[in-house]
Amino acid sequence: MSEQVYGIKVPIRLDYTYVVGTAPARFLRGLAQGKIVGQRCPSCAKVYVPPRGSCPTCGVPTRDDVALSDKGIVTTFCVVNIPFAGSAVKAPYVSASVLLDGADIPLFHLLQEVATEDVRMGMRVEAVWVPNDELQPSMNSIRYFRPTGEPDAPFESFKEHL
Amino acid sequence: MRDVAVVSFAQAPSVRADQLRNEVEILMPVVAEALGRSGISKHEIGFTCSGSSDYLAGQPFSFVMALDAVGAWPPMAESHVEMDGAWALYEAWARLQHGDIDSALVYAFGKSSMGDIAELLTLQLDPYSVVPLWPDAVSVAALQARAMLDGGHHSERDMAAVAARSRRDAASNPNAQVRTPLDEAAALAEPCIVSPLREHDCPPVSDGAAAIVLAAGERARQACARPAWIRGIDHRIEPASLGARDLATSQSAALAARHAGALGGAFDVAEIHAPFTHQELILRDALGLGDRATAMNPSGGALVANPVMVAGLIRIGEAAQRIIDGRARRALAHATSGPCLQQNLVCVLEAD
Repeated sequence: MSEQVYGIKVPIRLDYTYVVGTAPARFLRGLAQGKIVGQRCPSCAKVYVPPRGSCPTCGVPTRDDVALSDKGIVTTFCVVNIPFAGSAVKAPYVSASVLLDGADIPLFHLLQEVATEDVRMGMRVEAVWVPNDELQPSMNSIRYFRPTGEPDAPFESFKEHL
Repeated sequence: MRDVAVVSFAQAPSVRADQLRNEVEILMPVVAEALGRSGISKHEIGFTCSGSSDYLAGQPFSFVMALDAVGAWPPMAESHVEMDGAWALYEAWARLQHGDIDSALVYAFGKSSMGDIAELLTLQLDPYSVVPLWPDAVSVAALQARAMLDGGHHSERDMAAVAARSRRDAASNPNAQVRTPLDEAAALAEPCIVSPLREHDCPPVSDGAAAIVLAAGERARQACARPAWIRGIDHRIEPASLGARDLATSQSAALAARHAGALGGAFDVAEIHAPFTHQELILRDALGLGDRATAMNPSGGALVANPVMVAGLIRIGEAAQRIIDGRARRALAHATSGPCLQQNLVCVLEAD
């Protein structure tokens, strides 16, 4: 009897040169200088970070750059207990949504220098940057966020940003 | 059937590679222009439908991000087709037939420049028996061109004539990408890229976007002094396997034309979506156009601007715009999708 074929392997590879767009490019160039740049919607005044060049609520271009603080509030977070292939961080660790002071949308980043059980909504945190000579147009310029030790922000102050 | 019309059209100029703007940044001014011309606000639009392909962007759900260009708040009724925007227009037209809404926004976008479009299109072929051979899009089209030439009704000279006419028309189209005049004799002396296709037989690689606003009945008359009424629209598809159909003809285009009511009467303009020169010849036969169209692809067509996922919608927009402007009374628009004209859509547009 001839051998049955149940499957074949067809390797597929496609290469892309990704164009982030003008607004994200300004954000990335800012990171290379140790700055976080957002953009404000001319219609509803919300500040987006990273900016994508548009206000997804109003559907209009965002053009005004806004220099943002590298401090903010943990609006929500998760504790990652299960290691997975390719992870650069040893489990358990915390991924957090950080609402930077002056921004209307949180950034997603790593939270370190704190025990996982001590992380909480409203916790004040700050960016820990790589050394100046290692800054690059990438989110990797911020190694992680860590607690500032300031008093927690009241829930009311970030409830619209969850 | 409810009367539905194209009331406005806008497009971004096609470029070889927009290395600054992302899709949303390209799309936003186009959507704003189409809505602005119609006078219908995004809050009034009853349905939004887009056409694009995540393969072009190289990331899943890129069409969801494109909604940023519309501003999906308050929550809106929205749909997407992983097809040329012409099929998004078909869905919007069908949605307007329900009768509960009076307007729809259709848009399409695509940046072919970010990957290798000729190789990427290989992935629409049979994944078991064809893809492992990696025939690129030009090679697959060349099979069809060879089949057509072997039929004996059209020549390489006819193909070059299509290219030359498209280039001439492109000169007056500010959105066209390839405007260099073509010397037919010199072009025919050039070597083939993939026999029998030469460079002038193939489309450019393009980035672009387009948007159309549809409106029904009285709302269309309010939005536009001279709406381009959709009198017939239909689309048909053939087997995916290239060996299962006659590549030298287009049965699906002929069938769609019959059902769209496009086989009778004269057209002031025909905008045919033929990315390769030989495909225009095949489509002209299938649609029975012959001498029935006064102006054939006056925009220059997909041979001079070919943003994949957008070029079909642009054909409907270009045809409709000529009615809206008063330059035409009756127009035929056609869009294609898939390898070797696998799927075809035909739309008949008329002024009042």
